[in-house]
Amino acid sequence: MASKSSHGGATLHARELTLGYTGDPIVDALSLELPAGKVTIIVGANACGKSTLLRGMARLLKPGAGVVHLDGEDIHKVPTRALARRLGILPQTPTAPDGITVTELVGRGRTPHQGLFRQWNGNDDDAVAAALTVTGTLDLGSRNIDELSGGQRQRVWIAMALAQETDVLLLDEPTTYLDLAHQVEVLDVVSELNARRGTTVAIVLHDLNLAARYADHLVAMKNGAVVAEGLPGTVLTAALVREVFGLESVVVPDPVTGTPMVLPLGRRAEQLGLRPRASTVVGADDVFKEEVWA
Amino acid sequence: MSLTRQPKDVRTPSIRTPSIRTLSIRAVESIVPGSALPDAAAAWLRGQRKAQRRRRAGITAVLAAVVLGLLAVNILLGSYTVTISDFLRMLGGEEIPGASFIVMENKLPQAILGLLAGASFGVAGAIFQTMLRNPLASPDIIGISYGASAMAVAAIVLFGIGGVGVSVAALAGALVVALLITGLSRGRGGTGLILVGIGAAAFLQAAVTFLLSRANINNARDAMVWLTGSLNSADWNRVNVLAVALAILLPLSVVGARELRALSLGDDTAAGLGTNVSRARLFLTVLGVLLAALPTAAAGPIAFVAFLSGPIAKRLNRGSASLPLAALTGSAIVLAANFVAVNAIPGTALPVGVVTGALGAPFLLWLLISTNRSNQGA
Repeated sequence: MASKSSHGGATLHARELTLGYTGDPIVDALSLELPAGKVTIIVGANACGKSTLLRGMARLLKPGAGVVHLDGEDIHKVPTRALARRLGILPQTPTAPDGITVTELVGRGRTPHQGLFRQWNGNDDDAVAAALTVTGTLDLGSRNIDELSGGQRQRVWIAMALAQETDVLLLDEPTTYLDLAHQVEVLDVVSELNARRGTTVAIVLHDLNLAARYADHLVAMKNGAVVAEGLPGTVLTAALVREVFGLESVVVPDPVTGTPMVLPLGRRAEQLGLRPRASTVVGADDVFKEEVWA
Repeated sequence: MSLTRQPKDVRTPSIRTPSIRTLSIRAVESIVPGSALPDAAAAWLRGQRKAQRRRRAGITAVLAAVVLGLLAVNILLGSYTVTISDFLRMLGGEEIPGASFIVMENKLPQAILGLLAGASFGVAGAIFQTMLRNPLASPDIIGISYGASAMAVAAIVLFGIGGVGVSVAALAGALVVALLITGLSRGRGGTGLILVGIGAAAFLQAAVTFLLSRANINNARDAMVWLTGSLNSADWNRVNVLAVALAILLPLSVVGARELRALSLGDDTAAGLGTNVSRARLFLTVLGVLLAALPTAAAGPIAFVAFLSGPIAKRLNRGSASLPLAALTGSAIVLAANFVAVNAIPGTALPVGVVTGALGAPFLLWLLISTNRSNQGA
């Protein structure tokens, strides 16, 4: 990346954060630290508060109580434009303005680097070019957003977030509506970004297996609280899947990466009287063996 | 990254360079041989941006020329024709018996008021339509113009007020209604505001009808002329007030355009890019209301101008919103309509709002139908 701004190494730390819209808080006195320069992936059932948490950590939602610190500074006390140069978020369903081309949209990511008196310059071109190149959307550059497929559009949005060149990047379900190939592609792009620039990344994700593969730090949430966090290998167990999702499963090592891989069982397996063959389970998940299928 | 269990340094070392599979990159590389990929891409982007800026400047220049042409047509042609040289002499202060009064005290202020009012309506409409992401959200649909009308008609009918008093009443009415509908639709999003606004418009329309039915015939005729929107009673006083107001508001709308660009990405994305969303919305709402109310106060609610300018400008600009183009489009609509209104029926000068209303509705239908078709085709 050809940018001159400072990169990498930023921590985002939520302390005793309480978030909600109206009525009962959705996230209650939650503390979570995104480790600097790592990819944190947040998983949890629908409506467990993970998106709310992400919005709160990106100051899109004012906390009822608690603070979020970016490298020790309260994000609500940093001027909003200055903060946007360090902390970026890609919301779940961003809306594209009518008639905007890919390069224009990605260029909007440069907004916080501009002002009334600091107009577009070469740095902005470099940042946009790099973002387009990394996400493989350069060839779409002059196309209109509405002409693109869902996967292409999602990559363009990510390019916009990358063009913002922040030290911390929060992504809310960036793989929704994408087929498997595009899901992997999006996560690859993000992890390359992390590897290259040391950007601290947090992603809300539904797919547990991809989460286990791409996370340095895995966070499981339930009812607005963190149930478990740590290395995917230690966090992701059948017991956790049962607690968080209420789902019976077998967890085996991923044959490619060795990270945990969750195979859901569901009622059908039970009805058919199927049980996992011992050979698959060995070494994968002891809790599971003892409790359910012994 | 993916291999969490491995120590960091054994991590897959190769960071894949993006595959060069695109014509555009190849094209760039053939132009800039041997250059690194992102540099070539940046150069390509610069070129693209320049081309786009040139295209936009071209459209703006053409539209500005059209507006100037219409301005000249309004001043020079029509029921009373002046030559350009005579007009220039009059501008220079020379007195030409007969002509001077008609041109300097009637045609010229009328044309300039039309120019300013059109621009103001155009920007006001485009601000609301872009901010609320809905072409229905123009101030003449969501009740702001009706607020001005109701208050102005009340002033004319109930209190027999005329002249500047009507303008002040109209301005106050627009602001009150704008406050009311934003307050009532708080937390209900853009669609909520539009629905509340349409409700307010219906209510205010009923109020206007009621007031007119109670009025004596003279007041009612005055009110009707004002209600249709007319440049016929334009004078330098009104032109100056509007010109001074726009000299302040139009530069502010450059700032507004910046905020609009951010807000058009959705509130969350805009906030993530460093926009203070609630402050930006407040600023744009106040700006839009003033830009809609001031020309209404000076010339009445000229039907459909705020509604039409934004979408037409958008079409001219390949589908993306533009405040300067909306301003020029508004001016062009009002000036063209005024020329038709004044000269269509010999001996009678129709209010300009009759023409914009009559032409506006079918044009809107055409716009909707053709937009749909092109969407389906894509």
